[in-house]
Amino acid sequence: MALITRRDALIGSLGGGLALSGCAKLTGADALTESLSFRHVMAAAQGWTFASQRVLLSGAPLAREFAPKDISPRFKANGTLHPGGGDYAQHVAEAFASWRLQIGGLVANPLSLSLGELSRLPSRTQITRHDCVEGWSAIGQWKGVQLGLLLKAANVLPAARYAVMFCADNLEGEPAKGGAQSPGQYYESIDLVDARHPQTLIAYEMNGRPLDIAHGAPLRLRVERQLGYKQAKYIQRIALVPTLAGIGGGRGGYWEDRGYEWYAGI
Amino acid sequence: MTTDTAAATAGQSAAPAHSPLSNRPREKIYRHTFLVRVTHWINALTVFLMIGSGLNIFNAHPRLFWGAAGSELDHPFLSITSTMTTRGMRGLTTIGPLRFDTTGFLGWSRVGSDWTSRAWPSWITVPSYQDLADARHWHFFFAWVLVVNGAAYLIWSLLVRHVQRDLWPTRGDIRSIPRSVLDHIQLKHPTGEAAKRYNVLQRLAYLGLIGILVGMVATGLTMSPGFDAFAPWLLDVFGGRQSARSLHFIFASLITAFIVVHLIEVVLAGPVNEIRSMITGRYVVPREH
Repeated sequence: MALITRRDALIGSLGGGLALSGCAKLTGADALTESLSFRHVMAAAQGWTFASQRVLLSGAPLAREFAPKDISPRFKANGTLHPGGGDYAQHVAEAFASWRLQIGGLVANPLSLSLGELSRLPSRTQITRHDCVEGWSAIGQWKGVQLGLLLKAANVLPAARYAVMFCADNLEGEPAKGGAQSPGQYYESIDLVDARHPQTLIAYEMNGRPLDIAHGAPLRLRVERQLGYKQAKYIQRIALVPTLAGIGGGRGGYWEDRGYEWYAGI
Repeated sequence: MTTDTAAATAGQSAAPAHSPLSNRPREKIYRHTFLVRVTHWINALTVFLMIGSGLNIFNAHPRLFWGAAGSELDHPFLSITSTMTTRGMRGLTTIGPLRFDTTGFLGWSRVGSDWTSRAWPSWITVPSYQDLADARHWHFFFAWVLVVNGAAYLIWSLLVRHVQRDLWPTRGDIRSIPRSVLDHIQLKHPTGEAAKRYNVLQRLAYLGLIGILVGMVATGLTMSPGFDAFAPWLLDVFGGRQSARSLHFIFASLITAFIVVHLIEVVLAGPVNEIRSMITGRYVVPREH
């Protein structure tokens, strides 16, 4: 009798504990989120997602391409809407006539290309869906040069593992999370598997017109199959590097330094 | 009223009643297998955290659309925002043409002592503070737990025929639906032999929950631009990425409804006996009247 009474009481309190868990959650989940070791456990899931998507996408399938009628009438612009600063204003005034795309780092043949030179290279046009990490989507048509083509021309050295895009915009004010404060300069990185994917473009046109300022004029990255924050705008320089350490906050991108996943396939 | 558990061992064994109020034995059965019990509690914790972190993610763009694309420049069929009125800031929830003032809960709610513009309130989200990056870490970590745990449950349950035997309704079950509905409305719970098996509404509810959880994973994956390239047919199944996102939210609402009914039923059916059976496996069969 005593045994079961005690056990029933114990089970009863478990039930009560469940009912109270709504309150316990507040402190519990927040404390866990702040805990560095729990962050490491949760970070492991990013590796599982990346590894499994790499296996599923090993045949390099294309992201879905849409018809012209599917293009969003209004394509939301996010992040930097105008880079500001005298240098950029000067480029706008000159219609980006002296803008150059530098490709350097671990390459045998560094490149420096004007927009005119880029537009004379073979291009690819694709109508794809842009998915913001916040949850919204918009469909747009992009025209640009395949990054893989540029990397072939630059002759990437075997030690290179990542392509890092350095941009002209500066988003200050967002504090870094879980790492050193990185500068506000926008940058992004992808590995060479994504860099060489046929749909990965250095785009200069959107919906049949030169990129507008809010959407990244004059050059932006399109890396379909990943989220919006990977689609770096206002690109000036691409560096081929063996590691992401030592660049910005060391996590491979402006938002990555602020807690977001480096692999943004989900 | 209670019996001596020392006399009851695993499996079906009747223990003598000690209570002078009754001279009939109380029958105990081994109701839930170890795997069902373990996966049940892991699933319960995981679903709880998935809903909380999912609502935090929802807060980053508190609008739902139908079709492939949609942003605040388009027309959502549901939105939870805050708006300035003559009475100050108010929480505004819209569903189609309907507008609801949801101040205090949805759209405009208190975080500590400060009023904040956020779709879902602080006390319901994981983490409690608004942070998309952290909420995504919670969501995608526990998504893996949910999938592995759920797959273990489903594969095992199919192999040992738990699904076929205990969950899949029989012809007799289907015929008894009207009666079972009536019993549930009258809060009459089965006793004796009938209490040893799931009734038809339980079977349909548990099968439905499994189906919705599968749908949750599928709509979740449809939101992944990477997974879409692997399985673009998912976009056609759900009518586009934004439709999949909306269905993800609707399915989560159905799961929440299941949890509410499930907990009410546990309380009505005898919480001690029910919760004990999901911890130790042993269940005291309610006596026939």
